[in-house]
Amino acid sequence: MSTLEILFYALSAFAIISAVMVLVSKNPIHSVLWLILVFFAISGHYILLNAQFLAIVNIIVYAGAIMVLFLFVIMLMNIKQENEFKKHLLVKFIGVLSGGSFLVLLVSLVKQTVQLQGQKVLLKEGNIGLIHPLGKALFTDYVVPFEISSVLFLSAMVGAVIIGKK
Amino acid sequence: MPIQYYIYLCLALFSIGVIGVLTRRNAIIVFMCIELMLNAVNLLLVAFSKMYHGAALQLTPGTTAGIDAQIFVFFIMVVAAAEVSVGLAIIVMMFRNTHSVDINFLNRLKN
Repeated sequence: MSTLEILFYALSAFAIISAVMVLVSKNPIHSVLWLILVFFAISGHYILLNAQFLAIVNIIVYAGAIMVLFLFVIMLMNIKQENEFKKHLLVKFIGVLSGGSFLVLLVSLVKQTVQLQGQKVLLKEGNIGLIHPLGKALFTDYVVPFEISSVLFLSAMVGAVIIGKK
Repeated sequence: MPIQYYIYLCLALFSIGVIGVLTRRNAIIVFMCIELMLNAVNLLLVAFSKMYHGAALQLTPGTTAGIDAQIFVFFIMVVAAAEVSVGLAIIVMMFRNTHSVDINFLNRLKN
């Protein structure tokens, strides 16, 4: 087994275990911290795929900004341990069952797909994830969506302030 | 690395997000599970982009085919950041009105 495969399996196991821990931990703050670990594992996957720009953006935006926002909101609300609202055990079982059958269905579908057989993902090589080609594409072909996203951010900011002000 | 492995990993992460949305009642945890699903899709987009790029690189060296998917991932992150700011503001407002973040209190539109 090569180093890349070992890294892939280690990062995948890390991501999945952390994602399960997001669900099972009782304290919301622990969930946030586990979710940050999931994002770090996904950033490791991006680096493995040589998408370095997205790896850094993922850490800065998700682990740095969004999760800190979550932490602030949780600390602001001062939520007690969520003992008072537990879902009914039957509802939990049905949720896990439907999610698991969704997973099994899609995995079997992927297993049967002929077009995906023998397709390889280019690890470690290929320079499309670097800043230079991405910036070139972003500011030539995708400059209009880029500018529109700034308007989206402005409207989101105004909306958040107006909703939170009352 | 075969593309199927990446698809299985992303499907597992996405399904964990789905199970979280279906089984938890804390609105913040539900919101975090939605973020988890978004990230699974992002990872899958990048993996497909590298698959397409690797196939195109053998035909024409030096091509930048497959870069669009990475731009899409960038825009998904942008939209997710905007969505989180508004969603958390809504959750804070809901906490102020009901003093709870239990999603079962959100049934006022039912009648």
